[in-house]
Amino acid sequence: METLLGIKGPDFVMLAADTTHARSIIVMKEDQNKIHKASDNLLISTTGESGDTEQFTEFISKNIALYKMRNGYDLSPRAAAHFTRKNLADYLRSRTPYQGLHVCRWVCFRIHQRYDETDGAELAFIDYLANAKSLNHAGHGYGAMFCSSIYDRYWHPNITQDEAYDIFKKCIVEIQKRLVVNLKNFNVSVVDKNGVRNLEPISAQSLTDYNASS
Amino acid sequence: MSDRYDRAVTIYSPDGHLLQVEYAQEAVRRGSTAVGLRTNDCIVVGVEKRSSNPLFDERSMRKISMLDNHVVMTFAGLTADARVLISRAQAEAQSYRLNFERPVTVEYITRFIAQMKQNYTQSNGRRPFGLSCLMGGFDGDGKPHLYQTEPSGIYYEWTGSSTGRAGTTAREYMEKHAGDTVDSMDEQTAVKHVVRTLMSGTEMSEPQLDVAVLRFNQPLRMVECQALDDHMRAIRGEIEAEVKTRLVPNKL
Repeated sequence: METLLGIKGPDFVMLAADTTHARSIIVMKEDQNKIHKASDNLLISTTGESGDTEQFTEFISKNIALYKMRNGYDLSPRAAAHFTRKNLADYLRSRTPYQGLHVCRWVCFRIHQRYDETDGAELAFIDYLANAKSLNHAGHGYGAMFCSSIYDRYWHPNITQDEAYDIFKKCIVEIQKRLVVNLKNFNVSVVDKNGVRNLEPISAQSLTDYNASS
Repeated sequence: MSDRYDRAVTIYSPDGHLLQVEYAQEAVRRGSTAVGLRTNDCIVVGVEKRSSNPLFDERSMRKISMLDNHVVMTFAGLTADARVLISRAQAEAQSYRLNFERPVTVEYITRFIAQMKQNYTQSNGRRPFGLSCLMGGFDGDGKPHLYQTEPSGIYYEWTGSSTGRAGTTAREYMEKHAGDTVDSMDEQTAVKHVVRTLMSGTEMSEPQLDVAVLRFNQPLRMVECQALDDHMRAIRGEIEAEVKTRLVPNKL
C-alpha cells in the first residue's frame, strides 16, 4: 500500500515516499519518513514491515560507513547497491529472513572519483526477492502502478530537478485520485553533487491549485 | 630463568611476571615514537615515520588512522598487529552506532581495545599485541579526551603522552615544556610542541613524521609537509638559541 517513487537525472536522483504508517486497517501516524540518509551522497528509501525496514537500512548504512572508515573512500553506488542486494538475498535464504521487507530501493549519487570516472547518478531498484536493477525511473507499491505512464510521457535524459519534482506532483495527483488507499502526504528528497537535501513535501493540500495538465 | 617460563603466554614465571607480555612491551619500546596532545578544543597526534630506503613510497605507510568520525588513533609497535586491532575497533564503533544510535565515547573504544589486548594475555595459543595505542577524540558533549593503552590491557587518560622508542624522553620534554599550558594552548602551538617532542627523541633532517589535528565535528586534518618543515626549521632555531643562552653564563 505504501508507495515509493524515484527519478534519476543526469546529475541527481530524486526520491518521493508517502508518510503513512498503517497497521492492519488503522493509520497509526502520518509523518513517517521513509527516506533515509545512508551517507553523504546516498539515500535509501524502504517500505515493508516497519521494524525490519528500519533495522535493515541502519545495518546497511553502518556497513557503508565502516567501509569508508577502513578504506578512506566511499563504496561506489553500484557496489553499494550490490552489497544491499546480497544482504537481502542472504537474509531471504536464512532462518531469520526480514519478514516481508517488501521493497527496498536504493539511490546513490557519486561525483567522479579518480578510481571510477564513469560513476554518476545511480538509481537502483531492489525488490523483496532481492532482484536489483539500475533504472532511470522507478516505483514501489500500488501507487507506482499509476506512475509508469507518467514517467514514460515526461521523463527525458536531460531532465532537471524542477521537472523531476513536477513529475512527482503529477504522479501524486494521480495516486490521490485513483488509488483506493489514502496517501495524503509525500516526502521528497534529492541527492546531487552538493549532497542530500530535503525538498518541500507534496501533499493533498499543496496540490489543491496544481494543474497537472499544464 | 626465562628459558622455560616464556613459552606460553598464560604461564607465570616464579617471580610473578608474564614474560610474553613483557616482551610485547619491549616491542613497543623499540617501535617508532608516537605523541598525542590534548588541548581544550583539539587533539594533536604525531608519529615518527622511519624509512631507510629512498625508493620507498612514504604515502603507503599510514600510522594515523580513524576509528570513527570523531576518534583518531596512532600507535607504537608492530604495524601488522595494529592493522588487526584498528579493523576490530572500527567495526565496534559502527556496531555501537547500530545498537545505541550514538557514537562511541573515547573511553568506551579505549576500553574495548584494552579489553581485547587483555584477552590476548590470558588465552592459550595467542600472543599479546605488540602495541601501545594513543586514542584521541571527542565525546558527544564536545570535550576532547586522550587515552593510551598498553599490551597488557592497561589504559590511562592523559593531557599529553608519548610512547615508543623515544617515549620516555619525549614525555619528559612535554612535562617540562607543555605541562601547565596545554589547556590554553592554540592549535599552532600544540602542533609545534608535538613536532618538537618528536624531534627531541630522534635525529631528523627532513620531516619524517606524520602529524594530524582533530577538532570537534570536523574531519581529520593532516598537517602538510611544508608546514612541518617550517616548524622544524623554527624549532632548530629555538634550540640553538636555548643552547647559546645556556652556554653564556657558563663562560662567564
